Amino acid sequence: MVASSLKLQDLIQEIREAKTQAQEREVIQKECAHIRASFRDGDPLHSHRQLAKLLYVHMLGYPAHFGQMECLKLIASPRFTDKRVGYLGAMLLLDERQDAHLLITNSIKNDLSQGIEAVQGLALCTLSAMGSAEMCRDLAPEVEKLLLQPSPYVRKKAVLTAVHMIRKVPELSDIFLPPCAQLLHERHHGILLGTVTLITELCERSPAALQHFRKALPSLQVVPQLVHTLRTLVMTGCSTEHSVSGVSDPFLQVQILRLLRILGRNHEESSETMNDLLAQVATNTDTSRNAGNAVLFETVLTIMDIRSAAGLRVLAVNILGRFLLNSDRNIRYVALTSLLKLVQSDHSAVQRHRPTVVECLWEPDASLSRRALELSLALVNSSNVRAMTQELQGFLESCPPDLRPDCASGILLAAERFAPTKRWHIDTILRVLTTAGTYVRDDAVANLIQLIGGAQELHAYSVRRLYSALAEDISQQPLVQVAAWCIGEYGDLLLEGTCEETEPLQVEKEEVLALLERVLQSQMSLPATRGYALTALMKLSTRLHGDNNRICQVMSIYGSCQDVELQQRAVEYNALFRKYDHLRAAVLEKMPLVERGGPQVDEEAKESKEVAQLSEAAPVPTETQASKLLDLLDLLDGPSENAQHPPPLDPTPGDTLIHLLDLPCAPLPPAPIPNLKVFEREGLQLNLSFVRPPGTPTLLLITVTATNTSGGDVTHFICQAAVPKSFQLQLQAPSGDTVPAQGGLPMTQLLRILNPNKAPLRLKLRLTYDHFGQSVQEIFEVNNLPVETWQ
Amino acid sequence: MIRFILIQNRAGKTRLAKWYMQFDDDEKQKLIEEVHAVVTVRDAKHTNFVEFRNFKIIYRRYAGLYFCICVDVNDNNLAYLEAIHNFVEVLNEYFHNVCELDLVFNFYKVKENTSSGQTGQSHVFAVP
Repeated sequence: MVASSLKLQDLIQEIREAKTQAQEREVIQKECAHIRASFRDGDPLHSHRQLAKLLYVHMLGYPAHFGQMECLKLIASPRFTDKRVGYLGAMLLLDERQDAHLLITNSIKNDLSQGIEAVQGLALCTLSAMGSAEMCRDLAPEVEKLLLQPSPYVRKKAVLTAVHMIRKVPELSDIFLPPCAQLLHERHHGILLGTVTLITELCERSPAALQHFRKALPSLQVVPQLVHTLRTLVMTGCSTEHSVSGVSDPFLQVQILRLLRILGRNHEESSETMNDLLAQVATNTDTSRNAGNAVLFETVLTIMDIRSAAGLRVLAVNILGRFLLNSDRNIRYVALTSLLKLVQSDHSAVQRHRPTVVECLWEPDASLSRRALELSLALVNSSNVRAMTQELQGFLESCPPDLRPDCASGILLAAERFAPTKRWHIDTILRVLTTAGTYVRDDAVANLIQLIGGAQELHAYSVRRLYSALAEDISQQPLVQVAAWCIGEYGDLLLEGTCEETEPLQVEKEEVLALLERVLQSQMSLPATRGYALTALMKLSTRLHGDNNRICQVMSIYGSCQDVELQQRAVEYNALFRKYDHLRAAVLEKMPLVERGGPQVDEEAKESKEVAQLSEAAPVPTETQASKLLDLLDLLDGPSENAQHPPPLDPTPGDTLIHLLDLPCAPLPPAPIPNLKVFEREGLQLNLSFVRPPGTPTLLLITVTATNTSGGDVTHFICQAAVPKSFQLQLQAPSGDTVPAQGGLPMTQLLRILNPNKAPLRLKLRLTYDHFGQSVQEIFEVNNLPVETWQ
Repeated sequence: MIRFILIQNRAGKTRLAKWYMQFDDDEKQKLIEEVHAVVTVRDAKHTNFVEFRNFKIIYRRYAGLYFCICVDVNDNNLAYLEAIHNFVEVLNEYFHNVCELDLVFNFYKVKENTSSGQTGQSHVFAVP
């Protein structure tokens, strides 16, 4: 051995003196070499010191696995100092994944049965820290014995070890269940705490254990016992032994409350026993220090979880409200989190604390303000919506960027649900768009447009507001889009100059055009926004009086724009000016109200729908518009096909697109579908024949024909049919309910089946009839349906 | 349930680490670094609770040391805060005006005080 082994303190000193990481590593490596040598050579006197040094080095993060066997040796040694360090090493170095850990099982077993408290304590400690499942199974009986030892120190440790064992191997609950009842009567708080934890674990892991503890047998009065213990804790003044800042043993109180919560959940009987106690705890606990608040908080959680009386629940919410007023942020955080969980179930109680919640919005700590925001949004209802929105909008203006999207969408949602008037709604959305425009969701634009479109009386008002907003700031894209759309639609109202609701605004035509042009040219505008602006300009050509030179000019400029979308629009609008000027007014009429819920935000689609509606009036523009649509969808090669021009379409908006698409294909002649014989019994035959009318591709007509070749009549014949859910079935009245014998007149019945999804057809038939004096009932599914019936 | 206890100084050196869950050595190292990064940037105007992966950390700063306990999400924050304070008081009693160096040089004594994932003692004066 080269140098005398350093004492632990000296080693630590040396390591701390090392100035750089490299130096430290050097020192440690040197020392580790010593330690390894010493382990190899076996130095019984100093090996514990070596191991201690190794553990320190391990804590700093360096590898120390070579010390594992040494731990085992030290544990087996009779000296207490050795054992102590050995067990510590075992706790740190030997975990479940090391193979060597099972080797200490025997040593632990010996130590547990030895009878020296300190040693037993060490062994139990180690077992509870790193005991693996096998070890726990092996040593469970020993630990159980120790639960009943006279020494409270050992019992406490044994209980804690039992907790660990239950966590690892839930099946051991059979062993540890019986002693619990007795242990609950302990006076020693440490043991009591451990026992309560043990029972909590048992109940959480096995419903059988939960039942066991809930029973009110005379020998096993768990809930009353707990209640009694807690009551004593709360009522007796602080015993100095256990008090923490004026509250007697808050940890035990909290644990008992937790256990009561688990026992009382969904269980009327237990909950009733606890009600008084909980009220008592809630009122008697001193809340000036954190310990008291901790107990109070746990009480609130318990009240919320069990079947408590209504008064108790209100008490709980009030406690949370009081927490909110506390200056300590931690307590406010805890209160907000709990209130958030409660707001669904006890809405009215939480409403009372709304002002306090709103104040918490302005907290600098992000986690607090986020929770306050969520809670505030949950508390908005029809009576407080105006005030709340005011507050929330104020918050929106100054909140950190990561909260803005949530805040904005929350405000918009609340406005949608509770808006008192349409005008207020529009105002609110407008304000949100101006403050946080970039953070709103994409469908906000569509919603607003739809809302404005629907509020006829407010057109003038909205367009004015939007115009002023736009004039100030063209950077917020959703706002610009909505404004451009509105100006395009209602530009005439803008120029009229009279509206009671806003200040009189004198707007010149040139100003409007200039503004839209600015939007077009601005760097900040997205391509979609430019599209809106261009279309708006076009619409203004009909809305505003006077010549349209300026607009024409713009269109021709943009006819050669880089952006393909804009270029296309400009070219087409140009065409409208030049060749189809007489149609311009009709094409650019005011839009009808768009249906909510359709996924069409795209202006283009809306326009083509409007256009397609008019196409039946004027065949020729269909060409340009149809070509526009079909070009978009890239179905045709060139304009030549348009010459075979489509017959007038019926003006249902939804189907129009489909019809336009269908047109270039020639309709197929309906191929005849073969008949199908589906049923035969004692001379009664059932045949199905199918027809697919060419005009309606989703319709299938089935004719059921029943023929009777037997000697007896078939009477009271009823045929019923069933099809899968996506189909619609109509049974028409049969020709009769008797199928006469000997090939008499067959009975027919018509079935109409609509198959909008073109799903495979399945058909089940049920027949009831009387034949040869017997009543017959048959249910069967029709197989081998030809594919042409549904494709 | 406690997942791990960590005492670190402001520079990030670990003074005590007790793990109640299985982690690899390099995972442990990563966790230590993450916790340090999260906890040292918070000042007095933040709460003492941080969401961390799918657990939460309850921490308190005493002079230059951060005492962090990592627990499950539905545990009682305030109670663990009390536990930290209790622990510090115990250390204080044991070492008589404890300071960081005491923890450094007597780490093995400190380790024995916490066991089995729950605060095993409520006695301020009895230290095994």
